[in-house]
Amino acid sequence: MTAYVARRLVSLLPVLLIVATAGFFLIYLTPGDPAAVMLGPDATIDDLTRLRSIMGLDRPLLVQLALWYGRTLRGDLGYSIFLQRPVLQAIAERVEPTFLLTAMALAVAVAIGLPAGVAAAVRRNTWIDQAAMGIALFGVSVPGFWLGLNLILVFSVYLQLFPVAGYVPLDESVAGAILSLILPAVTLGFGASALIARMTRSSMLEVLGQDYVRTARAKGTEERRVIVGHALRNALIPTITVIGLALGGLLAGAVVIETVFALPGVGRLVISSVLRRDYPVVQGVLMFVAAIYVLVNLLIDVLYIFLDPRVTYA
Amino acid sequence: MRRTGLFAAGRLAMGRSRATLVGGSIVLLIVLIAAFAPVLSSYDPQDIQVPQRLLGPGRGHPFGTDNLGRDIFSRVIHGARVSLLVGSLVVVCATAVGTTIGLLAGYDNRADRVLMRIMDGLMAFPTTLLAIALMAALGARLSNVIIALSIVFTPRVARIVRSVTLVVRELDYVQAAQALGAGDARILIRHILPNGLAPVIVQATFIFADSVLAEAALSFLGVGLPPYIPSWGTIITAGRTFMQTAPWITIFPGIAILISVLGLNLLGDGLRDLADPRLRGRLG
Repeated sequence: MTAYVARRLVSLLPVLLIVATAGFFLIYLTPGDPAAVMLGPDATIDDLTRLRSIMGLDRPLLVQLALWYGRTLRGDLGYSIFLQRPVLQAIAERVEPTFLLTAMALAVAVAIGLPAGVAAAVRRNTWIDQAAMGIALFGVSVPGFWLGLNLILVFSVYLQLFPVAGYVPLDESVAGAILSLILPAVTLGFGASALIARMTRSSMLEVLGQDYVRTARAKGTEERRVIVGHALRNALIPTITVIGLALGGLLAGAVVIETVFALPGVGRLVISSVLRRDYPVVQGVLMFVAAIYVLVNLLIDVLYIFLDPRVTYA
Repeated sequence: MRRTGLFAAGRLAMGRSRATLVGGSIVLLIVLIAAFAPVLSSYDPQDIQVPQRLLGPGRGHPFGTDNLGRDIFSRVIHGARVSLLVGSLVVVCATAVGTTIGLLAGYDNRADRVLMRIMDGLMAFPTTLLAIALMAALGARLSNVIIALSIVFTPRVARIVRSVTLVVRELDYVQAAQALGAGDARILIRHILPNGLAPVIVQATFIFADSVLAEAALSFLGVGLPPYIPSWGTIITAGRTFMQTAPWITIFPGIAILISVLGLNLLGDGLRDLADPRLRGRLG
């Protein structure tokens, strides 16, 4: 297995290289001089020269690219002149609400999606199936930011059960942090739960038709044991892939939801950076999230070995 | 003959899958509303009538008015035009580029190594974040939203077309065409491409749905369309400040997004089931 993980890590290198290259060239999609766009029309020639020098824009393109690879490899994501600090430090300062929100949203998505998918498959073509899949269809179709706004209106403004917006840091109050993230996590997790429910249903239906499930039933095994012990374990494998993919979606979705709920996370950081044209931060967050996304997918591949003994990576 | 065949297949598809019928009808209705938007509303979506500000839904203004007295119904149905324009152009661009890349990558091993690594790299970025980053560089304009979303969705099509091409290029009839001296372009376009059409059409429907959602989210965040363009996302952003006093400003465009994306997803689900040979004959 170690050899497999090592091979997979090596196979990630070209992908990470492309990710780093795409991150680098992002700034060159800007029409005109990126430094001039960042500083605006009032910038002096001296200001522009200084910024070009800080960002390395005054060097030949290939030198810039080589330096960018070297810096990225060392975990240096650049410097934000607007925030007056290294990009990685700016991300680290805002990562707590984003990670906690993503984790809670994933928990919500699995808690809703998995039982709904299993129930829909076991009670196929009944009202339970139709209701679960109807809700799932609603989940993949509803715009998350709009759902969030409506949840704030109902649960925070009218019922006053949750704070309207904002975040309480974990070191101030764990309960406060969780309470401030419940509505954002439900908003974000609901869409992902729909994907998980649909995948769980279809893989459960596939597995429930297999011979070994029929054999288990023929032996008189209790139905609950057939579903949970025999069918679900195998049906979980494609579902885990969707959960891995959903995690990337949740991280990106957090960008939107953080804006709705005014959470001081990485998402808010990237949006405020886009609006003030702070390119190093946008590039840094893009690289940071892509790296996490790629590593999570590797982790999911490795998880397969533990979940399914038929999967061997000799 | 071919046209009759396609028409018959379409009618059969509608008849055999309820999801296709319902989804297709919703999409058709939204297309008609967008097409006849100026006829359906007597108000200009940009017409500011301050004395009429923040009126609730009622006679004259079925969806109410916003803080500048603009008619929300008119803005929502004109917003459909923007959403459909963005969705359809993204589908055309992503499908055309993705299909070309997928065909080349599936057919030629050298092209595969280069093109699919680039596609893998693009897919390593979560969709929304990549779109936001591209918009940061390109600037908030309608054409840039279409370019950014096309780049984001191209790899999805490329992967599907590549996998179909990899299978089909080994089939006997393709080998026979090669033996008869058919050129690569002819083999790709005449013999391989038709096999990839069904999965591409299904994927195009989902890309359409995701583009509508993504455009609304980008505009909501302030990095998509400029505020003066009445898109569903920009209407919701403008109404956000008035959620407590005038919730109709955000509720109606949100419902419009929900219904159109729901219709597209239903249509996509139905078409996918029809294209799946394992499900053929089981659909009622």
